[in-house]
Amino acid sequence: MPDNSLLTEDPLRHFTVVIGTALAVVAGIAYAQTPDPNLARNIAAGCANCHGTNGVSQGGNSSLAGMARQDLVAKMKEYKAGTRPATIMHQLAKGYSDEQIELLAAWFAAQPAK
Amino acid sequence: MSIERRNFLKALCAGGALVTVGGCATPGGPRASGKVVIVGAGYGGATAAKYLSLWSNGSVDITVVEPNAEFVSCPLSNLVIGGSKQLADITVGYDGLRKRGIKIVRDTATAVDPDRRVVKLAAGADLPYDRLILSPGIEFLWNNVPALNNAAAQSSILHAWKAGPQTVALRKQLEAMPDGGVYALSIPVAPYRCPPGPYERACQVAWYFKRAKPKSKVLILDGNGDVTSKGPLFKKAWAEEYKGIVEYRPNHVLTDVDVRTQTAKFETHDEVKATVLNVVPPMRAGNIAQQAGVITANNRWCEVDFLSFESIKVKNVHVLGDAIQIAPAMPKSGHMANQHAKVCAAAVLQLLAGQPVSPTPIITNTCYSFITDSDVVHVDSVHRYDAEKKTFLTVPGSGGVSPAMSAIEGSYAFAWAKNIWADTFA
Repeated sequence: MPDNSLLTEDPLRHFTVVIGTALAVVAGIAYAQTPDPNLARNIAAGCANCHGTNGVSQGGNSSLAGMARQDLVAKMKEYKAGTRPATIMHQLAKGYSDEQIELLAAWFAAQPAK
Repeated sequence: MSIERRNFLKALCAGGALVTVGGCATPGGPRASGKVVIVGAGYGGATAAKYLSLWSNGSVDITVVEPNAEFVSCPLSNLVIGGSKQLADITVGYDGLRKRGIKIVRDTATAVDPDRRVVKLAAGADLPYDRLILSPGIEFLWNNVPALNNAAAQSSILHAWKAGPQTVALRKQLEAMPDGGVYALSIPVAPYRCPPGPYERACQVAWYFKRAKPKSKVLILDGNGDVTSKGPLFKKAWAEEYKGIVEYRPNHVLTDVDVRTQTAKFETHDEVKATVLNVVPPMRAGNIAQQAGVITANNRWCEVDFLSFESIKVKNVHVLGDAIQIAPAMPKSGHMANQHAKVCAAAVLQLLAGQPVSPTPIITNTCYSFITDSDVVHVDSVHRYDAEKKTFLTVPGSGGVSPAMSAIEGSYAFAWAKNIWADTFA
């Protein structure tokens, strides 16, 4: 005997499933569009090996903590363009998008310089 | 009807909850809590401990299992072998981590029970975990060098590829070697810990010979077909700075040694007798990785999900550093282990809070090699996660090497050490 349960079910249940699915999809889209809340912090952590935890250098390399946002953006873009001399930063800066550089600069600008 | 209406309301609530979670994903949102156990307090494990503490404001219970009382850095350890630095200069304590409230247990992890989520220790009581992070470093494949597969042989023909007593012992062998002797270094087929490390070591030994034992030679017996990192820079140093001292021989895959005569034997080349023979054997992930069942590639390395560094095989167990199956062009380096640890720490905190992990990690590598005691060359790279290939790939156009060795890079290399030691251990 064929299973007709789907045909005999209460229509409200179908409605429930449809609405539930729709809400999940909407939520999924909303989530996908929510910016990664820790993105700037996480990218900035990649700089800490050489520039110190939270950008507070132990010496030898410049501190990034508390640096004016526009200064850091300008320097990184000059490194990226090859117009600012460097030993390694002209090579590393090319690994970051302009958006990532903006995120990094805003994050370091907000860190206490100590 | 009443049942269906209730279901309808439930479905609405579930949908609503999803929306709320998405909308609430703000910094400091849901708080991570739970127990994290970390095995190994090197560049990977110590960094993971520190950043878990830093980023959770201490809300996560962190225990680190480490057999050594202090950390001795592999990066810069070739300077101890060359004689321009002492072991104390490259040794860092764990008090910085303790001050953060991180528990350091001086013990050896011997087994993992992933079902009960417990780590077994050699001496102490079992440690339960919600998330386990293994940063076990490497273990040597002694079976590949049969005559070295015993403690007496290993104290005669040294590896000095784990910084510490072996580093000092190799220095002593070089000091005791008469002028006119031959120091021979066997390099395993890649992948191995620290690709440029053996070539830097050859330079440091040559730096010592040039000043103290000018009739002596450095012979590099490389299992690889060519220098695996910074090739042109090292070859230039051997041809100019160390002309007449260093000889490089590729394709020398070691098959065994004769301990008594300090002789190296090869697949396809004549054997080589040295005054001081230094063998870096082939290697794999550290023993606890084997016990935990996370070695999944070639019986040697641990494959991970690069968004969290969780093992692809064992849930709730993450692996960092030299022990992992690397992504393309990703070196096994201390710097890289520190970067793995930060991606992992961020992911573990999200997972403990029931939140999704960051989908777009980006990490860097910077590696300095000392040609003399003060002149240095580097290689660097930037790696971003590729969602399609599910691995880290180098960003096109980024990264590179030095144009030539320089003292300015030497000063940056020491600054790198000072900063990464603080970033990892303080």
